[in-house]
Amino acid sequence: MPRHVVAKAAEIPPGSRKLVQVAGRDIVIFNISGELFALSDKCPHKGGSLSRGKLSGAVTASQPGQYHYSRPGEIIRCPWHAWEFDVRTGRSWCDPQRMRLMNYAVSVEPGAKLVEGPFTAETFAVSVEDAYVVIETK
Amino acid sequence: MSANGPYQGAIDCDIHPRVPTPQTLARYMDDHWRDTVEVRGIEAWDSISYPPNAPLTSRPDWRKADADAEPAKLTEATLDRFGFAHALCNSLFAVQFFRDENLAAAFARALNDWLAAEWLDKDPRLRGSVVLPIQSVERSVDEIERRAADRRFVQVLLLAMGEQPLGKSMYWPIYAAAERHGFTVGIHAGSSYHHALTSSGWPSYYLEDYAAQALGFQAQLASLICEGVFVKYPKLKVVLIESGVTWLPPSLWRLSKFWRGVRLEVPWLDRSPEQFARDHIRLTIQPFDAPPSPAQIGRIMDQLQSDEMLLFATDFPHWQFADDAMLPAGLSPALTRKILIDNPLAAYPRLGRP
Repeated sequence: MPRHVVAKAAEIPPGSRKLVQVAGRDIVIFNISGELFALSDKCPHKGGSLSRGKLSGAVTASQPGQYHYSRPGEIIRCPWHAWEFDVRTGRSWCDPQRMRLMNYAVSVEPGAKLVEGPFTAETFAVSVEDAYVVIETK
Repeated sequence: MSANGPYQGAIDCDIHPRVPTPQTLARYMDDHWRDTVEVRGIEAWDSISYPPNAPLTSRPDWRKADADAEPAKLTEATLDRFGFAHALCNSLFAVQFFRDENLAAAFARALNDWLAAEWLDKDPRLRGSVVLPIQSVERSVDEIERRAADRRFVQVLLLAMGEQPLGKSMYWPIYAAAERHGFTVGIHAGSSYHHALTSSGWPSYYLEDYAAQALGFQAQLASLICEGVFVKYPKLKVVLIESGVTWLPPSLWRLSKFWRGVRLEVPWLDRSPEQFARDHIRLTIQPFDAPPSPAQIGRIMDQLQSDEMLLFATDFPHWQFADDAMLPAGLSPALTRKILIDNPLAAYPRLGRP
Protein backbone atom coordinates (compact mmCIF):
# COMPACT_ATOMS: atom_id res chain seq x y z
CA MET A 1 0.00 0.00 0.00
CA PRO A 2 1.94 3.05 -1.18
CA ARG A 3 1.62 6.07 1.08
CA HIS A 4 2.01 9.56 -0.29
CA VAL A 5 2.76 12.81 1.44
CA VAL A 6 0.54 15.31 -0.34
CA ALA A 7 0.35 18.51 1.70
CA LYS A 8 1.29 20.24 4.89
CA ALA A 9 -1.53 19.79 7.41
CA ALA A 10 -1.76 23.57 7.84
CA GLU A 11 -2.71 23.94 4.15
CA ILE A 12 -6.11 22.25 4.73
CA PRO A 13 -7.68 23.87 7.79
CA PRO A 14 -11.21 22.91 8.94
CA GLY A 15 -13.85 23.84 6.34
CA SER A 16 -11.39 23.84 3.46
CA ARG A 17 -10.44 21.46 0.69
CA LYS A 18 -7.44 20.78 -1.51
CA LEU A 19 -7.06 19.04 -4.83
CA VAL A 20 -3.90 16.93 -5.10
CA GLN A 21 -2.40 14.64 -7.72
CA VAL A 22 -1.17 11.28 -6.50
CA ALA A 23 0.20 8.57 -8.77
CA GLY A 24 -1.65 10.07 -11.73
CA ARG A 25 -4.96 10.41 -9.88
CA ASP A 26 -6.88 13.55 -8.94
CA ILE A 27 -7.84 13.33 -5.29
CA VAL A 28 -9.74 15.93 -3.29
CA ILE A 29 -9.14 16.22 0.46
CA PHE A 30 -11.82 17.78 2.66
CA ASN A 31 -11.33 18.91 6.24
CA ILE A 32 -14.63 18.72 8.14
CA SER A 33 -14.16 20.11 11.66
CA GLY A 34 -10.68 18.68 11.89
CA GLU A 35 -11.46 15.31 10.27
CA LEU A 36 -9.85 14.63 6.88
CA PHE A 37 -11.52 12.76 4.02
CA ALA A 38 -9.87 11.92 0.68
CA LEU A 39 -12.05 11.13 -2.34
CA SER A 40 -11.61 10.69 -6.04
CA ASP A 41 -12.14 14.17 -7.52
CA LYS A 42 -13.90 12.89 -10.62
CA CYS A 43 -17.68 12.65 -10.53
CA PRO A 44 -18.66 9.14 -11.72
CA HIS A 45 -21.52 10.65 -13.71
CA LYS A 46 -19.73 12.79 -16.31
CA GLY A 47 -16.38 13.60 -14.73
CA GLY A 48 -16.96 17.00 -13.11
CA SER A 49 -14.31 18.09 -10.61
CA LEU A 50 -15.79 17.75 -7.13
CA SER A 51 -13.11 20.02 -5.66
CA ARG A 52 -14.97 22.87 -7.37
CA GLY A 53 -18.39 21.84 -6.00
CA LYS A 54 -20.44 23.40 -3.21
CA LEU A 55 -20.57 21.81 0.22
CA SER A 56 -23.99 21.69 1.83
CA GLY A 57 -25.86 19.81 4.54
CA ALA A 58 -27.89 16.62 4.36
CA VAL A 59 -31.54 17.45 3.64
CA THR A 60 -34.08 14.81 4.59
CA ALA A 61 -37.83 14.69 5.29
CA SER A 62 -40.17 12.24 6.94
CA GLN A 63 -43.25 13.97 5.47
CA PRO A 64 -43.95 16.04 2.36
CA GLY A 65 -43.33 19.73 3.05
CA GLN A 66 -40.82 19.15 5.84
CA TYR A 67 -37.13 19.93 5.46
CA HIS A 68 -34.69 18.56 8.02
CA TYR A 69 -31.20 20.00 7.65
CA SER A 70 -28.33 18.15 9.32
CA ARG A 71 -24.60 17.46 8.95
CA PRO A 72 -23.72 20.93 7.57
CA GLY A 73 -20.75 20.90 5.22
CA GLU A 74 -20.67 17.11 4.80
CA ILE A 75 -22.35 16.78 1.41
CA ILE A 76 -20.47 17.80 -1.74
CA ARG A 77 -22.47 18.75 -4.83
CA CYS A 78 -20.87 18.25 -8.24
CA PRO A 79 -20.50 21.62 -10.02
CA TRP A 80 -21.81 20.16 -13.29
CA HIS A 81 -25.14 18.43 -12.53
CA ALA A 82 -25.40 18.93 -8.75
CA TRP A 83 -25.38 15.26 -7.85
CA GLU A 84 -24.80 14.91 -4.11
CA PHE A 85 -22.06 12.80 -2.51
CA ASP A 86 -21.49 12.06 1.15
CA VAL A 87 -17.98 13.28 1.97
CA ARG A 88 -17.66 10.71 4.77
CA THR A 89 -18.35 7.69 2.56
CA GLY A 90 -18.04 8.83 -1.05
CA ARG A 91 -21.47 7.40 -1.78
CA SER A 92 -23.92 9.32 -3.96
CA TRP A 93 -27.20 10.26 -2.34
CA CYS A 94 -29.46 9.05 -5.13
CA ASP A 95 -27.77 5.79 -6.07
CA PRO A 96 -25.44 4.95 -3.16
CA GLN A 97 -24.78 1.34 -4.12
CA ARG A 98 -23.78 1.82 -7.73
CA MET A 99 -22.68 5.45 -7.97
CA ARG A 100 -19.87 6.28 -5.55
CA LEU A 101 -16.49 7.94 -5.31
CA MET A 102 -13.35 5.97 -4.52
CA ASN A 103 -12.24 6.94 -1.04
CA TYR A 104 -8.71 6.78 0.33
CA ALA A 105 -7.26 6.37 3.78
CA VAL A 106 -5.87 9.73 4.86
CA SER A 107 -4.00 10.74 7.99
CA VAL A 108 -1.85 13.47 9.49
CA GLU A 109 1.67 12.40 10.37
CA PRO A 110 4.48 14.28 12.09
CA GLY A 111 7.39 15.17 9.85
CA ALA A 112 9.79 13.41 12.17
CA LYS A 113 8.09 10.10 11.47
CA LEU A 114 7.91 10.69 7.72
CA VAL A 115 11.61 11.31 7.42
CA GLU A 116 12.16 7.72 8.48
CA GLY A 117 10.16 6.40 5.46
CA PRO A 118 8.85 4.47 3.61
CA PHE A 119 6.81 7.42 2.34
CA THR A 120 6.74 9.07 -1.05
CA ALA A 121 6.96 12.84 -0.91
CA GLU A 122 6.59 13.61 -4.58
CA THR A 123 6.32 17.33 -4.66
CA PHE A 124 8.06 18.86 -1.71
CA ALA A 125 10.56 18.37 1.01
CA VAL A 126 9.48 17.19 4.45
CA SER A 127 10.78 18.87 7.56
CA VAL A 128 10.77 17.31 11.01
CA GLU A 129 9.05 20.30 12.57
CA ASP A 130 5.80 20.18 10.57
CA ALA A 131 2.81 17.82 10.28
CA TYR A 132 1.79 16.40 6.92
CA VAL A 133 -1.25 14.92 5.19
CA VAL A 134 -0.61 11.36 4.00
CA ILE A 135 -2.79 9.42 1.56
CA GLU A 136 -2.71 5.68 1.06
CA THR A 137 -3.44 4.48 -2.49
CA LYS A 138 -4.81 1.04 -3.09
CA MET B 1 -64.68 -17.78 -28.76
CA SER B 2 -65.61 -20.18 -26.03
CA ALA B 3 -65.75 -19.35 -22.38
CA ASN B 4 -62.60 -21.43 -21.99
CA GLY B 5 -60.62 -19.16 -24.29
CA PRO B 6 -57.47 -17.21 -23.46
CA TYR B 7 -59.36 -14.46 -21.62
CA GLN B 8 -61.29 -16.72 -19.27
CA GLY B 9 -61.41 -15.18 -15.80
CA ALA B 10 -59.86 -11.89 -16.92
CA ILE B 11 -60.71 -8.62 -15.20
CA ASP B 12 -61.50 -5.86 -17.66
CA CYS B 13 -60.41 -2.67 -15.91
CA ASP B 14 -61.95 -0.15 -18.30
CA ILE B 15 -65.34 -0.30 -19.97
CA HIS B 16 -67.76 2.50 -20.73
CA PRO B 17 -71.52 2.23 -20.43
CA ARG B 18 -73.12 4.65 -22.86
CA VAL B 19 -73.09 8.16 -21.42
CA PRO B 20 -76.56 8.90 -20.02
CA THR B 21 -78.52 12.04 -20.88
CA PRO B 22 -79.17 14.75 -18.27
CA GLN B 23 -82.85 13.72 -18.33
CA THR B 24 -81.93 10.14 -17.41
CA LEU B 25 -79.77 11.34 -14.54
CA ALA B 26 -82.47 13.78 -13.37
CA ARG B 27 -84.51 10.73 -12.32
CA TYR B 28 -81.84 10.08 -9.69
CA MET B 29 -81.87 13.64 -8.31
CA ASP B 30 -83.84 15.23 -5.51
CA ASP B 31 -86.73 17.58 -6.32
CA HIS B 32 -84.66 20.73 -6.50
CA TRP B 33 -82.05 19.41 -8.90
CA ARG B 34 -84.59 17.50 -11.00
CA ASP B 35 -86.49 20.78 -11.45
CA THR B 36 -83.25 22.59 -12.18
CA VAL B 37 -82.44 20.28 -15.09
CA GLU B 38 -85.94 20.87 -16.49
CA VAL B 39 -86.29 24.58 -15.77
CA ARG B 40 -82.85 25.47 -17.10
CA GLY B 41 -83.36 23.15 -20.05
CA ILE B 42 -80.15 21.19 -19.60
CA GLU B 43 -80.91 18.90 -22.51
CA ALA B 44 -77.42 17.88 -23.52
CA TRP B 45 -74.13 17.82 -21.68
CA ASP B 46 -71.83 15.95 -24.00
CA SER B 47 -68.07 15.81 -23.68
CA ILE B 48 -66.04 16.56 -26.77
CA SER B 49 -63.56 13.91 -25.61
CA TYR B 50 -65.46 11.27 -27.56
CA PRO B 51 -67.47 12.86 -30.40
CA PRO B 52 -70.33 10.51 -31.33
CA ASN B 53 -69.18 9.85 -34.89
CA ALA B 54 -65.43 9.67 -34.25
CA PRO B 55 -64.08 6.21 -35.19
CA LEU B 56 -62.46 5.89 -31.76
CA THR B 57 -65.74 6.35 -29.92
CA SER B 58 -67.18 2.96 -30.83
CA ARG B 59 -65.88 -0.10 -32.63
CA PRO B 60 -68.00 -0.63 -35.78
CA ASP B 61 -69.45 -4.00 -34.74
CA TRP B 62 -70.26 -2.72 -31.26
CA ARG B 63 -71.71 0.48 -32.72
CA LYS B 64 -73.94 -1.57 -35.03
CA ALA B 65 -75.09 -3.79 -32.16
CA ASP B 66 -75.69 -0.82 -29.84
CA ALA B 67 -73.55 -2.87 -27.49
CA ASP B 68 -72.90 -0.13 -24.91
CA ALA B 69 -76.56 0.81 -24.55
CA GLU B 70 -77.61 -1.67 -21.86
CA PRO B 71 -76.05 -4.30 -19.59
CA ALA B 72 -77.45 -7.31 -21.47
CA LYS B 73 -75.95 -6.17 -24.77
CA LEU B 74 -72.64 -5.24 -23.15
CA THR B 75 -72.26 -8.56 -21.39
CA GLU B 76 -73.15 -10.44 -24.56
CA ALA B 77 -70.48 -8.52 -26.51
CA THR B 78 -67.71 -8.90 -23.94
CA LEU B 79 -68.12 -10.70 -20.61
CA ASP B 80 -70.14 -13.68 -21.86
CA ARG B 81 -68.21 -13.94 -25.07
CA PHE B 82 -64.74 -14.02 -23.50
CA GLY B 83 -65.49 -15.28 -20.03
CA PHE B 84 -64.33 -12.22 -18.11
CA ALA B 85 -64.76 -12.47 -14.36
CA HIS B 86 -65.38 -8.74 -13.90
CA ALA B 87 -65.60 -5.53 -15.86
CA LEU B 88 -65.08 -2.11 -14.30
CA CYS B 89 -67.51 0.57 -15.52
CA ASN B 90 -66.03 4.04 -15.91
CA SER B 91 -68.76 6.63 -16.51
CA LEU B 92 -67.75 9.43 -18.84
CA PHE B 93 -70.67 11.79 -18.29
CA ALA B 94 -68.97 15.19 -18.09
CA VAL B 95 -69.51 16.02 -14.42
CA GLN B 96 -66.10 17.71 -14.50
CA PHE B 97 -67.25 20.43 -16.97
CA PHE B 98 -69.60 22.26 -14.63
CA ARG B 99 -68.42 25.53 -13.13
CA ASP B 100 -71.00 25.31 -10.34
CA GLU B 101 -69.72 22.85 -7.75
CA ASN B 102 -73.22 22.30 -6.35
CA LEU B 103 -74.54 21.30 -9.76
CA ALA B 104 -71.46 19.12 -10.28
CA ALA B 105 -72.05 17.37 -6.96
CA ALA B 106 -75.74 16.78 -7.83
CA PHE B 107 -74.80 15.24 -11.17
CA ALA B 108 -72.01 13.15 -9.64
CA ARG B 109 -74.42 11.71 -7.05
CA ALA B 110 -77.01 11.00 -9.73
CA LEU B 111 -74.44 9.46 -12.07
CA ASN B 112 -73.07 7.11 -9.43
CA ASP B 113 -76.56 6.11 -8.31
CA TRP B 114 -77.60 5.59 -11.94
CA LEU B 115 -74.58 3.32 -12.47
CA ALA B 116 -75.47 1.26 -9.42
CA ALA B 117 -79.15 0.92 -10.34
CA GLU B 118 -79.02 0.49 -14.09
CA TRP B 119 -75.75 -1.40 -14.51
CA LEU B 120 -74.28 -2.89 -11.34
CA ASP B 121 -77.66 -4.21 -10.16
CA LYS B 122 -78.15 -5.95 -13.51
CA ASP B 123 -75.07 -8.17 -13.57
CA PRO B 124 -73.05 -9.36 -10.57
CA ARG B 125 -69.81 -9.28 -12.58
CA LEU B 126 -69.92 -5.52 -13.12
CA ARG B 127 -67.98 -3.16 -10.90
CA GLY B 128 -67.99 0.63 -10.79
CA SER B 129 -65.94 3.79 -10.32
CA VAL B 130 -67.21 6.63 -8.16
CA VAL B 131 -67.09 9.74 -10.34
CA LEU B 132 -66.01 12.69 -8.20
CA PRO B 133 -67.17 16.32 -8.47
CA ILE B 134 -63.56 17.44 -8.43
CA GLN B 135 -64.61 21.12 -8.51
CA SER B 136 -64.92 20.73 -4.73
CA VAL B 137 -62.57 18.59 -2.65
CA GLU B 138 -65.06 18.59 0.24
CA ARG B 139 -67.91 17.35 -1.95
CA SER B 140 -65.63 14.77 -3.53
CA VAL B 141 -64.86 13.39 -0.09
CA ASP B 142 -68.60 13.38 0.70
CA GLU B 143 -69.24 11.33 -2.42
CA ILE B 144 -66.51 8.83 -1.51
CA GLU B 145 -68.01 8.45 1.97
CA ARG B 146 -71.51 8.09 0.56
CA ARG B 147 -70.49 5.25 -1.76
CA ALA B 148 -67.95 3.50 0.46
CA ALA B 149 -70.36 0.93 1.86
CA ASP B 150 -71.18 -0.40 -1.60
CA ARG B 151 -68.28 -2.76 -2.28
CA ARG B 152 -69.14 -2.93 -5.97
CA PHE B 153 -67.52 0.49 -6.30
CA VAL B 154 -63.79 -0.23 -6.32
CA GLN B 155 -62.28 3.02 -7.63
CA VAL B 156 -62.69 6.78 -7.55
CA LEU B 157 -62.44 8.43 -10.94
CA LEU B 158 -60.64 11.60 -11.99
CA LEU B 159 -59.61 13.00 -15.37
CA ALA B 160 -56.12 13.44 -16.79
CA MET B 161 -56.58 17.20 -17.20
CA GLY B 162 -58.36 19.31 -14.61
CA GLU B 163 -58.10 22.46 -12.55
CA GLN B 164 -54.75 21.87 -10.82
CA PRO B 165 -52.05 19.19 -10.86
CA LEU B 166 -53.49 16.30 -8.87
CA GLY B 167 -50.55 15.97 -6.48
CA LYS B 168 -51.27 19.36 -4.86
CA SER B 169 -52.03 19.13 -1.17
CA MET B 170 -55.49 20.66 -1.67
CA TYR B 171 -56.51 17.27 -3.10
CA TRP B 172 -55.06 15.15 -0.28
CA PRO B 173 -58.36 14.74 1.60
CA ILE B 174 -59.56 12.79 -1.45
CA TYR B 175 -56.56 10.46 -1.26
CA ALA B 176 -56.97 10.09 2.50
CA ALA B 177 -60.60 9.05 2.04
CA ALA B 178 -59.72 6.71 -0.84
CA GLU B 179 -56.96 5.04 1.14
CA ARG B 180 -59.16 4.77 4.24
CA HIS B 181 -61.82 2.84 2.31
CA GLY B 182 -59.47 0.84 0.10
CA PHE B 183 -60.46 2.65 -3.08
CA THR B 184 -58.00 2.77 -5.95
CA VAL B 185 -57.64 6.17 -7.63
CA GLY B 186 -58.30 6.02 -11.36
CA ILE B 187 -57.23 8.80 -13.71
CA HIS B 188 -58.95 8.51 -17.07
CA ALA B 189 -58.09 10.25 -20.33
CA GLY B 190 -60.17 13.40 -20.60
CA SER B 191 -60.27 17.03 -19.63
CA SER B 192 -62.52 19.43 -17.78
CA TYR B 193 -61.77 21.75 -20.71
CA HIS B 194 -61.31 24.53 -18.16
CA HIS B 195 -57.72 24.93 -19.31
CA ALA B 196 -56.19 24.54 -22.75
CA LEU B 197 -55.24 20.97 -23.64
CA THR B 198 -51.63 21.89 -24.25
CA SER B 199 -49.44 24.29 -22.30
CA SER B 200 -49.11 26.34 -25.50
CA GLY B 201 -52.83 26.81 -25.85
CA TRP B 202 -55.74 25.21 -27.63
CA PRO B 203 -55.11 22.82 -30.52
CA SER B 204 -57.37 22.84 -33.58
CA TYR B 205 -58.22 19.20 -34.15
CA TYR B 206 -59.63 16.19 -32.37
CA LEU B 207 -56.52 14.28 -33.37
CA GLU B 208 -54.41 16.72 -31.35
CA ASP B 209 -56.82 16.53 -28.43
CA TYR B 210 -56.59 12.77 -28.13
CA ALA B 211 -52.81 12.69 -28.65
CA ALA B 212 -52.35 15.41 -26.00
CA GLN B 213 -53.90 13.18 -23.35
CA ALA B 214 -50.52 11.48 -22.91
CA LEU B 215 -49.04 14.87 -21.92
CA GLY B 216 -51.78 15.28 -19.35
CA PHE B 217 -50.94 11.91 -17.84
CA GLN B 218 -47.23 12.76 -17.71
CA ALA B 219 -47.95 15.95 -15.79
CA GLN B 220 -50.22 14.15 -13.30
CA LEU B 221 -47.69 11.37 -12.78
CA ALA B 222 -44.93 13.89 -12.03
CA SER B 223 -47.18 15.88 -9.71
CA LEU B 224 -48.39 12.87 -7.70
CA ILE B 225 -44.84 11.60 -7.19
CA CYS B 226 -43.05 14.91 -6.56
CA GLU B 227 -45.64 16.36 -4.18
CA GLY B 228 -45.22 13.28 -2.00
CA VAL B 229 -48.71 11.78 -2.30
CA PHE B 230 -47.27 8.27 -2.05
CA VAL B 231 -45.14 9.20 0.95
CA LYS B 232 -48.22 10.55 2.70
CA TYR B 233 -50.53 7.72 1.55
CA PRO B 234 -48.28 4.67 1.16
CA LYS B 235 -51.12 2.23 0.50
CA LEU B 236 -52.52 4.23 -2.40
CA LYS B 237 -52.53 2.81 -5.93
CA VAL B 238 -53.19 5.06 -8.92
CA VAL B 239 -54.33 3.60 -12.24
CA LEU B 240 -53.75 5.58 -15.43
CA ILE B 241 -56.64 4.58 -17.67
CA GLU B 242 -56.55 4.81 -21.46
CA SER B 243 -53.19 6.56 -21.29
CA GLY B 244 -51.41 4.75 -24.16
CA VAL B 245 -48.79 3.25 -21.77
CA THR B 246 -45.60 3.49 -23.83
CA TRP B 247 -44.86 7.15 -23.05
CA LEU B 248 -44.09 6.02 -19.50
CA PRO B 249 -40.46 4.74 -19.66
CA PRO B 250 -38.96 7.87 -21.29
CA SER B 251 -41.02 10.10 -19.02
CA LEU B 252 -39.78 8.29 -15.90
CA TRP B 253 -36.24 8.32 -17.22
CA ARG B 254 -36.36 12.10 -17.54
CA LEU B 255 -37.98 12.57 -14.15
CA SER B 256 -35.48 10.32 -12.37
CA LYS B 257 -32.51 11.79 -14.19
CA PHE B 258 -33.25 15.37 -13.15
CA TRP B 259 -34.29 14.31 -9.65
CA ARG B 260 -30.65 13.42 -8.99
CA GLY B 261 -29.60 17.05 -9.39
CA VAL B 262 -32.53 18.78 -7.66
CA ARG B 263 -33.42 16.23 -4.99
CA LEU B 264 -33.12 18.97 -2.36
CA GLU B 265 -36.48 20.36 -3.51
CA VAL B 266 -38.30 17.13 -2.66
CA PRO B 267 -36.29 15.43 0.11
CA TRP B 268 -39.35 13.35 1.12
CA LEU B 269 -38.70 11.21 -1.96
CA ASP B 270 -36.61 8.49 -0.31
CA ARG B 271 -36.27 6.62 -3.61
CA SER B 272 -36.20 7.53 -7.27
CA PRO B 273 -39.36 8.67 -9.07
CA GLU B 274 -39.26 5.55 -11.22
CA GLN B 275 -39.28 3.39 -8.11
CA PHE B 276 -42.30 5.28 -6.79
CA ALA B 277 -44.00 4.68 -10.12
CA ARG B 278 -43.29 0.95 -10.00
CA ASP B 279 -44.67 0.78 -6.45
CA HIS B 280 -47.80 2.89 -6.91
CA ILE B 281 -48.71 3.46 -10.57
CA ARG B 282 -50.67 1.01 -12.72
CA LEU B 283 -51.77 1.39 -16.33
CA THR B 284 -54.60 -0.16 -18.32
CA ILE B 285 -53.37 -1.87 -21.44
CA GLN B 286 -55.70 -0.39 -24.08
CA PRO B 287 -54.67 1.55 -26.00
CA PHE B 288 -51.04 0.35 -26.16
CA ASP B 289 -49.09 2.74 -28.37
CA ALA B 290 -46.42 0.58 -30.03
CA PRO B 291 -45.63 -1.21 -33.28
CA PRO B 292 -47.24 -4.67 -33.39
CA SER B 293 -43.88 -6.43 -33.20
CA PRO B 294 -43.16 -8.85 -30.37
CA ALA B 295 -39.51 -7.72 -30.31
CA GLN B 296 -40.46 -4.05 -29.85
CA ILE B 297 -43.01 -4.90 -27.20
CA GLY B 298 -40.44 -7.03 -25.38
CA ARG B 299 -38.14 -4.02 -25.24
CA ILE B 300 -40.89 -1.84 -23.82
CA MET B 301 -41.65 -4.45 -21.16
CA ASP B 302 -37.93 -4.49 -20.26
CA GLN B 303 -37.96 -0.70 -19.94
CA LEU B 304 -40.90 -0.83 -17.53
CA GLN B 305 -38.74 -3.05 -15.28
CA SER B 306 -41.88 -4.45 -13.69
CA ASP B 307 -44.38 -7.14 -14.58
CA GLU B 308 -46.92 -5.77 -12.11
CA MET B 309 -47.83 -2.42 -13.66
CA LEU B 310 -50.11 -3.39 -16.53
CA LEU B 311 -53.80 -4.14 -16.10
CA PHE B 312 -56.02 -5.77 -18.67
CA ALA B 313 -58.69 -3.56 -20.26
CA THR B 314 -60.71 -3.54 -23.46
CA ASP B 315 -61.70 0.15 -23.28
CA PHE B 316 -65.06 -1.08 -24.64
CA PRO B 317 -66.71 0.29 -26.75
CA HIS B 318 -63.82 2.51 -27.86
CA TRP B 319 -62.12 1.16 -30.97
CA GLN B 320 -58.59 0.29 -29.83
CA PHE B 321 -58.01 -3.14 -31.42
CA ALA B 322 -59.28 -5.37 -34.21
CA ASP B 323 -60.89 -8.78 -33.82
CA ASP B 324 -59.95 -10.30 -30.48
CA ALA B 325 -56.38 -8.97 -30.31
CA MET B 326 -56.84 -7.35 -26.92
CA LEU B 327 -53.23 -7.75 -25.77
CA PRO B 328 -49.95 -6.65 -27.39
CA ALA B 329 -48.18 -9.42 -29.31
CA GLY B 330 -45.51 -11.62 -27.80
CA LEU B 331 -46.29 -11.50 -24.07
CA SER B 332 -45.29 -14.66 -22.19
CA PRO B 333 -48.05 -16.86 -20.74
CA ALA B 334 -46.93 -15.97 -17.21
CA LEU B 335 -47.04 -12.23 -17.89
CA THR B 336 -50.37 -12.59 -19.69
CA ARG B 337 -51.87 -14.26 -16.64
CA LYS B 338 -50.59 -11.44 -14.41
CA ILE B 339 -52.00 -8.74 -16.68
CA LEU B 340 -55.37 -10.47 -17.05
CA ILE B 341 -55.98 -11.46 -13.44
CA ASP B 342 -53.29 -11.05 -10.76
CA ASN B 343 -52.35 -7.43 -11.40
CA PRO B 344 -55.96 -6.17 -11.42
CA LEU B 345 -56.65 -8.03 -8.18
CA ALA B 346 -53.59 -6.46 -6.57
CA ALA B 347 -54.45 -2.99 -7.89
CA TYR B 348 -58.05 -3.06 -6.65
CA PRO B 349 -58.21 -4.20 -3.01
CA ARG B 350 -62.01 -3.79 -3.00
CA LEU B 351 -62.38 -6.27 -5.86
CA GLY B 352 -61.53 -9.27 -3.74
CA ARG B 353 -61.02 -12.70 -5.18
CA PRO B 354 -63.70 -13.51 -7.76
